[in-house]
Amino acid sequence: MPLDAIEKTAKNLVLTVQDYVLFAARAFTNLYRPPIYWPEFLIQSDIIGFGSLSIVILTGLSTGGVLALQSAATLSAFGATAVTGEFVSLTMIRELGPILTGIMVSGRNASSMASELGSMVVTEQIDAMRALGVDPMRKLVTPRIAATICMLFFLTIVSDACGIAGGGLVTVFMNHQNGTQYLDKAWEYLRYPDIIQGLVKPLFFGYILSSIGCFYGMRTTGGTQGVGRSTIQAVVWSSVLIIFVDFLLTQVLLTLFPPL
Amino acid sequence: MNETSVSAQHGPDPFARQLAVDAGPVVEFRHVSIAFDGPPVLTDISFSVAPGETRILLGPAGVGKSVLLKLVNGLLRPDQGSILLFGEEISHMPEQQLFPLRIRTGMVFQEGALFDSLSVRDNVAYQLIQEQVPGAEIDLRVRDALRFVELEETFSLFPSSLSGGMRRRVAIARAFIHQPELLLYDSPTGGLDPLTSTTIIELIVKERDVSHTPSIMVTHRIQDAFLLCNNRFDPQQGRMIPYPKGETDPSTTFLMLEDGRLIFDGTLHELVTSQDPFVREFLE
Repeated sequence: MPLDAIEKTAKNLVLTVQDYVLFAARAFTNLYRPPIYWPEFLIQSDIIGFGSLSIVILTGLSTGGVLALQSAATLSAFGATAVTGEFVSLTMIRELGPILTGIMVSGRNASSMASELGSMVVTEQIDAMRALGVDPMRKLVTPRIAATICMLFFLTIVSDACGIAGGGLVTVFMNHQNGTQYLDKAWEYLRYPDIIQGLVKPLFFGYILSSIGCFYGMRTTGGTQGVGRSTIQAVVWSSVLIIFVDFLLTQVLLTLFPPL
Repeated sequence: MNETSVSAQHGPDPFARQLAVDAGPVVEFRHVSIAFDGPPVLTDISFSVAPGETRILLGPAGVGKSVLLKLVNGLLRPDQGSILLFGEEISHMPEQQLFPLRIRTGMVFQEGALFDSLSVRDNVAYQLIQEQVPGAEIDLRVRDALRFVELEETFSLFPSSLSGGMRRRVAIARAFIHQPELLLYDSPTGGLDPLTSTTIIELIVKERDVSHTPSIMVTHRIQDAFLLCNNRFDPQQGRMIPYPKGETDPSTTFLMLEDGRLIFDGTLHELVTSQDPFVREFLE
């Protein structure tokens, strides 16, 4: 009996992965094929981009501040508090900016996509759309994916800037260090490969979180309880995958752009 | 009421109808079976819908009626057998190729399935908006369709502010607006009070008799089926009136499902005189 349960779970897992790969591939190819629903893209960009701005700013400011506090405490032991700016800017731009923005946007938008599309599935609105001759993949999924990729890119830049600003505020007002020195160091050690690393990642994270949110939404079954289940799965799997893909991407990008 | 203008809008002209008759059935099921993670839901289903014909699909709840309806326009795919819609085999047709065929059909879902984030106007005009029809023409056609279901005053409202019966009528207007060549009704009166149910059936009778659009209506309510069969729409009086005693609508016929199998296919007379124990039990 336990073996049967394991077999069933394993089969379900493989089937889900297979379905997701097919779904994600179809969503990706739709990005380049007409019809492209521009009004839906703009609406989703507003919901995802502008709607997530406040949480991204707060997260960026707090993370930058914490980094400055922690790094100053450690660096002071070596008499190297002057490089706090470098530490904060590199960490934010290369790693924490993209990943924290990805996870925050995932919590807000992957869940919203899964619940919205899930509700449409259980109330037969998706079937109605198909019956009216409109492809829900193109009308609902593709604009959400395109908007998330696009907006996450810009939100990451905002997060990076807020992180550096937050670190600067802590450096000046709490650590009582020189603000100009902080900004000089933050700028001086920054190289183009660092920026490329930080801006490539949100493109992947945006695709992952939106495709997973839409995937779980579109395969919702079991009424309102099913909608709740889809929402949880969307947030959990998109967050886990973002962290996992971040690890893989970092490996690849460090190989392509080795540190000096 | 504006039956004349609606009549002119709906359905093909007599010449086109004759062509359709020559072209064969609008829908044809050939030995269709389907199952979802368990025992078969439908087994070896074969029937057809001729041009101008209204087929009432009867059966108790959970017998696979809605599944059968979703197979008609390719929302579900059969495991076995073939389905012909407007003469084209759709069982294995890619989704993209199905969309043009679906545009030619109108479907009314069980709970209406209106898009809750859109107004009644945008719901009814959904297909027209996708086709980028000019706004003024959309408004005109939506008002015409809403007048047909006697809900013109709901033009700017949202589905959340409508009653269950009003939602069904808006869903009917949405299905009618594109002048479909086939109409599919999935339990259009399910969960409604008798008065509202009669209003919905009257709309279906009106569409049947004014436009002669072939249709399949799924229901488990035998009284609705008899109402549809025993009445006709009188354009002069602008309402549904009963056929003289002993007469029924010749274009309305019945199908009945039991345990996923088609156990009856025939006229009202054949239905009421059937000796099949399940049919007798269902009717009684």
